[in-house]
Amino acid sequence: MKWIGLIAVIFTGGLLLSAMDDFPNWGDAHSPANSSPVSQYYIEQTMTDSGVPNMVTAVLADYRGYDTMFETVVVLIAGIAIMAILRVAKQVPGGAKPTPAHEVGDQHDIIIGTTCRLLIPVLQLFALYVIAHGHHSPGGGFQGGVILGASFILAAIAKGLDPALQRLPEKRYVKLAFVGVVIYVSFGVACLILGENFLDYGVLHELLPTMSAEEARSHSMLGVEIGVAFTVSMIMFAIYANLASKGELEGGL
Amino acid sequence: MSVMGSFIISQYVLDHFNFWVAVILMMIGLYAMITKNNLIKKLIGMSIFQTAIILFYVSAGVKEGATIPILEHHAAETEQVAAGDAGAEHGSVVGADHDVSKSSEKAPAHEVHEINPDDYSNPLPHVLMLTAIVVGVATLGVALAVAQVIYKNYGTLEEDEILAKIKAAENDG
Repeated sequence: MKWIGLIAVIFTGGLLLSAMDDFPNWGDAHSPANSSPVSQYYIEQTMTDSGVPNMVTAVLADYRGYDTMFETVVVLIAGIAIMAILRVAKQVPGGAKPTPAHEVGDQHDIIIGTTCRLLIPVLQLFALYVIAHGHHSPGGGFQGGVILGASFILAAIAKGLDPALQRLPEKRYVKLAFVGVVIYVSFGVACLILGENFLDYGVLHELLPTMSAEEARSHSMLGVEIGVAFTVSMIMFAIYANLASKGELEGGL
Repeated sequence: MSVMGSFIISQYVLDHFNFWVAVILMMIGLYAMITKNNLIKKLIGMSIFQTAIILFYVSAGVKEGATIPILEHHAAETEQVAAGDAGAEHGSVVGADHDVSKSSEKAPAHEVHEINPDDYSNPLPHVLMLTAIVVGVATLGVALAVAQVIYKNYGTLEEDEILAKIKAAENDG
């Protein structure tokens, strides 16, 4: 059985490697991907269009706003799917008996507790910096959201899942995950109301008289990134909390 | 012959080493997905496959000698500093260069002039992979949840044992 798989893998890899000569060289600035008018436009026009120096954030939140919006929705759906899968399984009788892992998590280690108490605020502050500074330096909603989610997961690992869930109960994190998507969509709807296309932030400068259209784009990107960070951080914690407790949300690892 | 051999190696391997790495990683992941019996090992293979695709995309956006796709946004400040002390050794050339371009077109002060696309790596693959990584984590979470349910119902994660249990259950019913 294994050699059939090996043959299939080597055949696939051989086909891909046989096409190697047609691919552009490493670091070729004039390869089809790098010389396409789309990426040239992003590099040349991002600053004039929105005044955002980080092109990755500008492309993510402005030029490809639809894509990012639905990526956020995919993350949200994945989190809900995990909860749904594990909750349904809870009602199925029989199967493997649950392992009594509760006693292990109840031990309070003073070194781990103190380290996490010092580390978690710094981690969360850094996550907020990464989110808020996403259009001037490497960062953005996805990256900062994952760091923020990791800080909650760290709290859940160090102190046990139950104290973490007391501070961030399931109702609250699901609500906050939805709030993120609602923030994102509301920016698009606001553009629609003001008579422009969905997620065409330039028109939002009419809301604040002192703002130019470029500044409106830049600030809307920040707002959208905050929405993404809400959803991503809460879903990361939801994935951990549900997987670690087999969907029962008590005990944990 | 050795010249020919080194030519072939440089053309097929060294110039395309990023594709070689991606394809080899992809083969490892695909092999694990096809042949491994344990569902968690299959998921590890899927993650390796995903990493190969991410590396492939990011390496396609690399340009030789280019920097990260983030523009220098303190240009206006350095410009003013350079204009302030015109006799400064290192600042004067930069300042003069900026003054010329500033007078030629009336642009906002924060704008960076004459952006050469060859100086910045391609931002588009970075954006695509940025979202792909996060969505990959989310889908991996769903897969692990399904694996957990399977373990709960069958008491094993080995594929052949699960199949045997399903067949036994079908024969009973």
